[in-house]
Amino acid sequence: MDFQLLLVILVDGLVYSSYLFMVAVGLTVIFGVQKVLNVTHGSFFAFGAYLAAYLIGIWYENGLPDFGGFVIIFLSAAFLGVVLGVIIERGLLKYLYGRDEHIVVLATFAAFLVLEDVIILIWGTSPYLAFQPMAMLDISVIGGLVFDNYNLSMIGVSFVIAFVLWYGLNRTRYGKKLLAVIYDREISEAMGINVTAVFLSTFMIGTFLGALGGAYLAPTISVQPGIGVEVVVLAFAVVVIGGMGSIPGALIGAIIVGISRAAAVHMLPAVELFVIYAIMALVLCIRPEGLFTPIKARKI
Amino acid sequence: MSRLIDKTFWGYTIGLIALIALNFVLEDWMRNIGLQSMARGIVAIGLLVLWRTGLISFGHALFFGFGAYTVAMMQIIGINDIVLLAIAGTATAGVLAFFLGLLLKQYRAIFFALLNLAFSMILYGVLAKLESLGSTDGIGIEQTTFLGFAPEGESYQITLFIFAALFAYIAAVAAHWYLKSTLGMMTMAVRENEIRVEYLGYSAERAIHVKYVISGLLAGMGGVLMALTIGHVDPDSMVYWPVSGDFVFITILSGTGNVGATFIGALVYELLRTYAFEYAPEIWQLILGGSLLIIIMFLPDGLWSIHAEWIKRRALRRADAEPQAAE
Repeated sequence: MDFQLLLVILVDGLVYSSYLFMVAVGLTVIFGVQKVLNVTHGSFFAFGAYLAAYLIGIWYENGLPDFGGFVIIFLSAAFLGVVLGVIIERGLLKYLYGRDEHIVVLATFAAFLVLEDVIILIWGTSPYLAFQPMAMLDISVIGGLVFDNYNLSMIGVSFVIAFVLWYGLNRTRYGKKLLAVIYDREISEAMGINVTAVFLSTFMIGTFLGALGGAYLAPTISVQPGIGVEVVVLAFAVVVIGGMGSIPGALIGAIIVGISRAAAVHMLPAVELFVIYAIMALVLCIRPEGLFTPIKARKI
Repeated sequence: MSRLIDKTFWGYTIGLIALIALNFVLEDWMRNIGLQSMARGIVAIGLLVLWRTGLISFGHALFFGFGAYTVAMMQIIGINDIVLLAIAGTATAGVLAFFLGLLLKQYRAIFFALLNLAFSMILYGVLAKLESLGSTDGIGIEQTTFLGFAPEGESYQITLFIFAALFAYIAAVAAHWYLKSTLGMMTMAVRENEIRVEYLGYSAERAIHVKYVISGLLAGMGGVLMALTIGHVDPDSMVYWPVSGDFVFITILSGTGNVGATFIGALVYELLRTYAFEYAPEIWQLILGGSLLIIIMFLPDGLWSIHAEWIKRRALRRADAEPQAAE
């Protein structure tokens, strides 16, 4: 195998991994705390992509400064995290805690269907393009190969997200509360932790992360109806491989899936989709709780 | 034997006769809705059998698609009679379910659901890349023959409907009888307390395996009917994950109370979808998802629970009335 192929697989794989991580980490945070496998995550992704693409379009049409594109990406994700997070958690999930887990998944599937159409109602069916932030960052040449800097920046953003989450969980007061709620909801309630508030804020963070994945990816794709459908099963696969509810798991799951997909794309395109789900099935068979979950207490 | 010929059996038989009679007066589009409801209803019976053990599969489009693509492959090699197609589609899906079941019977809850999803997505990934079966465009299904008889035009639809109704009837009666048998009763025992079932001397894993194969067989049969109804198979409409979601939707909509209710559930689903698509094409998913949410929130045991509730209320009214009559 020659060096260039290896390099291209590595870089493409890492770029794809970071995209997967951004999407999957929100799903795993929500699963870790609320024990809800959230299908609406696909809609959060799609909403993020649409809102960012729409606003970026307006921003550049008016000839405003270039770096604004990145501000828009983060602001739209934050906005959606608050708005959609509150709507879904307070308006739907609140009534479903304690119900059979399958029913909860199905309810989020129903909400996903609803949101798919809400997107079409708001933004119509024609695709949106928001390539400007990507064009702004230019390209770089590594080992004789051309890569978009924007794509490479995704790797950095993922590491920042991973670090912030790790820090927030392990080094802050909020993180301590969260861990307490994960270990034992009732005891922590008895100790005076406002579990309702913790649930809501975690869900908002999860929503923000899902929307950020979509918003950050928006400049690289054509934003059109149905983009959330594929993302949600991919995120499921990543989360399952790494271990549901585990943040390091999501990172490693994303890297495994990203690299193997990149390898498949460049060496054996026929198995591109197959390979991701084959890994997922294999992992579920051997270690259903995921590769990197300690079997006893659940951590995120 | 008379234990088997109960009220529900007669209900299904009357339903079958009514369907066949109705078939001759239905408009073409109604017949199409009926055919699709029967195809999805048959799959939902399989999911109902599984759900009674407390398991839900998010990947039964795997067997559905397998049945549908079996039709395409049989037609490629030149076998094209509905009975043979149904047997082949059902059997291949059943064999697949048997082998996957060897593995899946060890898993419960969300892991079971997700492993199914993974397997169905593998099939999706394979079919989407398989040029000889049309990759993402899919492949057309020719008109089939019915035991050598090859009707044309409207009578083709009528004959297809009759055969579909017969298949649905066979599936419903078989599933009903199975659920009444000792092995079938085991389903609820497994759901309530698996360890106790083991201590009573029966293998819960074997019970789950059997039910998994049954659900695979039925999903394969549904796939065959759907392929013949639509006249086209492609990965997106036969194997992609929202297809599995629709089946679970129908199962929840119908409730586990009665096998026949799945057809009512499937019909309601199909009507909802058709009308939403007809009158509000922009928001048909919104209507569908909204209805599903309403069912989950307000009718957690499905449509059949309306019937059960009605019977309970009637009994209560009678109990109220009786003391007064005695006075």
